[in-house]
Amino acid sequence: MRPEDLGNFQTAWCPGCGNFGILDALKDALVMLDLDMHKTVLVSGIGQAAKEPQYLNCNFFNGLHGRAIPAATGIKMANKDLHVIVTSGDGDIYGEGGNHFIHAIRRNIDITVIVHDNQVYGLTKGQASPTSDIGFTTKVQPRGVINEPLHPLAMAVALGAGFVARSFSGDKQHLSSMIQQAVQFKGFSLVDVLQPCVTFNKRNNFSWYKQRIEPLPQDYDVHNKVWAFEKALQWGDKIPVGVIYRDGRSSYEDACGLMGEASILSQGPNPARLKDLLKEFF
Amino acid sequence: MRWMVPIGRKAKSSLANVDLTIKIAGEAGQGLHAIGGLLSRVFARGGYHVFANQVVQSRVRGGHNWFSIRVSDRPVHAPCARTDILVAFDKESACHFKELTEDSVVIFDSKSIELSVPSRTALDVPMAELASRAGGNRLMANTVAAAAVLGLLHCDPSELFNFLRRSFGKKDAQTGEANVKAAEAGYDFALKKNEGKRRAGFGPPGQAPKMLIGGSEAVALGALAAGCQFISAYPMSPSTGIMTYLASKAADFHMVVEQSEDEIASINIALGASFAGLRAMTASSGGGFALMAEGLSLAGMIETPIVIVLAQRPAPATGLPTRTAQEDLEFAIHAGHGEFARVVMAPAGIEECFYATARAFHLADKYRIPVIILTDQSLADSFASIDALRPEDVVIERHLMSEEDLKRVQGYKSFLLTKSGVSPRALPGNPYCFVTADSDEHDEDGRITEDCDVTRPRMVEKRNRKTVDLLKEMKGPSWYGPKDARDVLIGWGSTRGVLREAADNLLRDGIKAAAVHFEDLWPLDRKHFGFLKKARFAVVVENNFTGQFANLITRTTGIAMARRISKYDGLPFTAQEVVSAYKRLKKGGRR
Repeated sequence: MRPEDLGNFQTAWCPGCGNFGILDALKDALVMLDLDMHKTVLVSGIGQAAKEPQYLNCNFFNGLHGRAIPAATGIKMANKDLHVIVTSGDGDIYGEGGNHFIHAIRRNIDITVIVHDNQVYGLTKGQASPTSDIGFTTKVQPRGVINEPLHPLAMAVALGAGFVARSFSGDKQHLSSMIQQAVQFKGFSLVDVLQPCVTFNKRNNFSWYKQRIEPLPQDYDVHNKVWAFEKALQWGDKIPVGVIYRDGRSSYEDACGLMGEASILSQGPNPARLKDLLKEFF
Repeated sequence: MRWMVPIGRKAKSSLANVDLTIKIAGEAGQGLHAIGGLLSRVFARGGYHVFANQVVQSRVRGGHNWFSIRVSDRPVHAPCARTDILVAFDKESACHFKELTEDSVVIFDSKSIELSVPSRTALDVPMAELASRAGGNRLMANTVAAAAVLGLLHCDPSELFNFLRRSFGKKDAQTGEANVKAAEAGYDFALKKNEGKRRAGFGPPGQAPKMLIGGSEAVALGALAAGCQFISAYPMSPSTGIMTYLASKAADFHMVVEQSEDEIASINIALGASFAGLRAMTASSGGGFALMAEGLSLAGMIETPIVIVLAQRPAPATGLPTRTAQEDLEFAIHAGHGEFARVVMAPAGIEECFYATARAFHLADKYRIPVIILTDQSLADSFASIDALRPEDVVIERHLMSEEDLKRVQGYKSFLLTKSGVSPRALPGNPYCFVTADSDEHDEDGRITEDCDVTRPRMVEKRNRKTVDLLKEMKGPSWYGPKDARDVLIGWGSTRGVLREAADNLLRDGIKAAAVHFEDLWPLDRKHFGFLKKARFAVVVENNFTGQFANLITRTTGIAMARRISKYDGLPFTAQEVVSAYKRLKKGGRR
């Protein structure tokens, strides 16, 4: 597959938006992985980030706000032969869809969730998101955010997610690598992508992130949960990026005997068994 | 003398007018359901028509609950107001004394409960003692009671013994045998006590054995017959039985049963599975369905088939979780923001639950729409003996593009504008084209658009145009009773049986009345209301307060439906209630 096969669409994003970097990196990852796009479904919710699948030649399910993960879950359960990639924003996945985020990790369904995390709501014009920093002022939070921000990576590690990574929309190569590893990972994988919002987040802008991100140390043990928590919670002068945690726990597909061989879709229904079953009622 | 006949008169094989109600009453956790189910199966196996329902409190232990079995040689679809045999396991069972007649019998154990039973009706069975003496334990008092019922009726107990042996199986043959011993003791005790006094006119009805099946099971079986391979649901009474039953059969039927984190997830997961190509469903009650409303609207927008079972219970809010109502008709029709085509149907009885569910999948696929099946607690939790279901009558047509179609098509469009409004459907994963779904307003390719000049209006028309053909699919009402009846009882959903019984009773009292029943409720075609022109006295009977169907008829036909019989106490109608309410209305009363 060549990058141009994925298409070149006019977007509804602001010039300079971090979404462009994420779209570029995603395209790069899809090309590098050489995924059969006919066997791939992109799933999203609602928000500027969630428009991403619309700008690719692909199968997509652009569902409801907050409900990308459930739709992706159903698609994967039905047809495990499909690569299912969710790409949506922080408000969508961590806010409106928070409950699904929690339970998808528990299920460990084999999907990749890429969160465009710009710490602000863009499409509704600049309200705080679940990851907004304390003190961040908006028209709805004029005296600044007082809620503790949600720590998505720590939350994912705590819930037993098998692949937890963070990257930055301004580093295409790194982000592409994170996405590639996430897609290849068998089980639920999260890539939280730090992303500037040029219009509504003047505080966490491109250079703010650029100055803070740093790779994980050379001797970092990706299987060490205690270290993972430490890095997942690190926020401030230095923000670590990379694969924070990686684990080998069995995915939903493995744990569920039915998923062992052919997909449920290709197995097809079995109504012929009904004749025997009805005998149980006499 | 309804069911007892004097000694000397032999029980005939074709017994006319057997209509017997056995009520087993006690606390939750006393195994009422276990003996109720056992007895129901014995009667069904004997070829009787059985209708069994349970009234329970929303708790795990204690409280006062009952399991009621109506046995007849004619079809019965509703409970009866009268109790002929009361098996009383707790003091509170006294509340059923008002349902007894002079022929009724109360089976109880005076050593276990204090109950001042009217002596004429009392059959004091030392259940615990008999169970212990038979080599069992006190827990088998239940079995003793079940067998005592059969002894009282002079019924052949061998089926009961067979069921007991089978239900404990090889795993615990010893307990099975002990139960049989306990049953024998109970049977003999009741038989002897009753001998010489009176004998039941209760023999084999001479019909083929019937299936005994519950409402939730019938829905689940209908789904399996239709090739449904996916259900995601969150437990909520009285819908949970569907998921529970399917879970037990999932592997054999290549099915995924997923207990979701909430009902919002239920419908969105199911839509994902449907988009990927499976026949998919979800089930809940009013509260859970309320959470699904946005997902329902999504199904309309992305034109992805889904079947939603809404098992109604009394509301608002949490309401009465274990009781019944028909309060969500208008909700089912209107739920979801925006305008899109849908089907709402309410099966008339347990057998119909099977066929309606299978048909729901058919319509959902054919029109790429959501289909809502309205049941209620009285249907979901009831059991009935029915003739064998015919899965062979269910034809599965997926309305998907074939491999040949896909190869031939150039530039596939997921939302192609067509005359019928239905676009040819491909599944993601095929090597020929991309498939899309977008909750935003979209063009034919399924990509987001804000073209208000052309695309938006064309898409709105497309989604709603499906109703034109759907109207042709909708079944009109069933008519039961004299063809020339000018008095009509109108109802929908689970009340059909009770309405027919009421019509029979009215006819017996010299009132020619017909029961007119609707299963297909939306879209509603005014042409199905032609019968109202000839009707002189039409009454709409519903398990709700506001008369939702009556209002819907008015909206559809312009005919005011002022005469209504409403019941909203959480319990199902009995024919007797309908008859007396009807007679009151005839005398000039309003509600």
